[in-house]
Amino acid sequence: MANLKPPLPRALRPQPKRPGEDDGKTKIGRKDKVAEKGISTLDWIDERTSLSGGARWLMFRKIPKGTNWFYTLGSATLFAFLSQAVTGVILAMYYDPSATRAYESMRYLTNEVFLGEFVRGMHKWGSSVMVILVFLHMGRTFFYGAYKYPRELNWVIGVVLLILTLFMSFTGYLLPFDQRSFWATTVGVAINGTGPLIGPYLNDFLRAGPEFGVTTLARFYALHMLVLPGAIVAMIGAHLYLVARLGTTAPPWMKAEIPADSRKDDA
Amino acid sequence: MNTREKEAYLREYSILKSQGKPFFPYSVAKDSIMAVVVMASIILMSLVLGAELGPKVDPTTTTYTPRPEWYFFFLFEVLRIIKPPSLTPLAAIGVPTIAMILLFLLPFYDRSPERRPERRPIAMAAAFFTIAAMAFLTYEGAHAGSPNQIDMEPPPAVLAAGGETLRMWEAGKQVVAQSGCLACHKIGENGNSLGPNLSEIGTTSSRQAIARTLVNPTAPMPSYAELAPEKRDALVEFLARLRGE
Repeated sequence: MANLKPPLPRALRPQPKRPGEDDGKTKIGRKDKVAEKGISTLDWIDERTSLSGGARWLMFRKIPKGTNWFYTLGSATLFAFLSQAVTGVILAMYYDPSATRAYESMRYLTNEVFLGEFVRGMHKWGSSVMVILVFLHMGRTFFYGAYKYPRELNWVIGVVLLILTLFMSFTGYLLPFDQRSFWATTVGVAINGTGPLIGPYLNDFLRAGPEFGVTTLARFYALHMLVLPGAIVAMIGAHLYLVARLGTTAPPWMKAEIPADSRKDDA
Repeated sequence: MNTREKEAYLREYSILKSQGKPFFPYSVAKDSIMAVVVMASIILMSLVLGAELGPKVDPTTTTYTPRPEWYFFFLFEVLRIIKPPSLTPLAAIGVPTIAMILLFLLPFYDRSPERRPERRPIAMAAAFFTIAAMAFLTYEGAHAGSPNQIDMEPPPAVLAAGGETLRMWEAGKQVVAQSGCLACHKIGENGNSLGPNLSEIGTTSSRQAIARTLVNPTAPMPSYAELAPEKRDALVEFLARLRGE
């Protein structure tokens, strides 16, 4: 009756003692118990999701040799975006997107809230850092010819991400609603309006009407907080999937050394 | 790239990849170090440069600088360089749009299999030209005079009249500089070309018409009805004296 339990995975089966190893008095330490709990939890999840195959595919894929520090610029950009997301959520907890109270809420955050100005500074300067990293990452991709076959689509997605990042910056600039942000955005929107064909319509869309008014702020807020971050997250997902799928490029000057045995086979 | 070149690349790449190291932990370690550097830079910038809030928004106000974030300076400068109003749409939307489309379609017109930078002279020349142009425009944009400045000598008629007229004219010039008219309008050599050029507004509009427009302008110009009466009178006086002299 004791054998009704399902068989354990091989790794977890109790191993027979080697002769002379110990006298069978070793106790299972607390550490081992914790490790066992962790493994069984992961097994439970994997049994229901089969995620481990994908995780292994993602984490243990090979990166060609010769990659250097320039290859970290993409993940650095992603990290800057995550930092923007976290600080942005904190700012959103204090921000009031109404034309009459936006400035007051930001003033309160900056001057009264503990570390408020610090978090706002991280968000403000993080945007500069992110834009710089986006351009550096693009430069690396360009100079290494990494946009060529078979990675054309990933380049295109990257350009979309660049545009989304710049729109993010443009819409975020208005939100503190101080003099600088208001006038810079007024001019920026007016510049859009001079564009051919869709210019005036884009203008009306951004301002939420023929004039810069109360609803403009709400529109920029929605774009900055919902539409653009959603689009960026989706695009980053596609970007990363393609990176894993197609593999990281090798530096262009790397030449493959044909293994000696395969050369023998050719002969 | 034809099929043979594609296959050659994929073969070469698969060998390079098989000789590489796994993403975890080797690349992850490098990426993590870089993430720490990024985080440290952001924290340092926040601590050193801070994030003070400007004065509260006021659409009819006196002092402000309509300047974008620094990475849009180059775009700002393109607008300032291209002067004729008929070309402004080209500068504002045309140049960036064309640049973005060229960037977007890059892998579709640059189809050569060559990846080494020293063997892609056209691509490298284009890249360095673009970087140099953007750096130059950003530098120029950063050092451009604030739109609140206006360099102009009083016209002879005003100088001749002297006294009260000259005082009004100088006061009006001050109001123009402080009210941000030059963000959209050009007066002589100053200002931008988004709105109508005001250099000769005095020859086409009467004082009454100018005053009416200030209070009840056509969109997107903001109304200056809130301006103090003596400031508005000075402004009208200054504008009415603009006769392209």
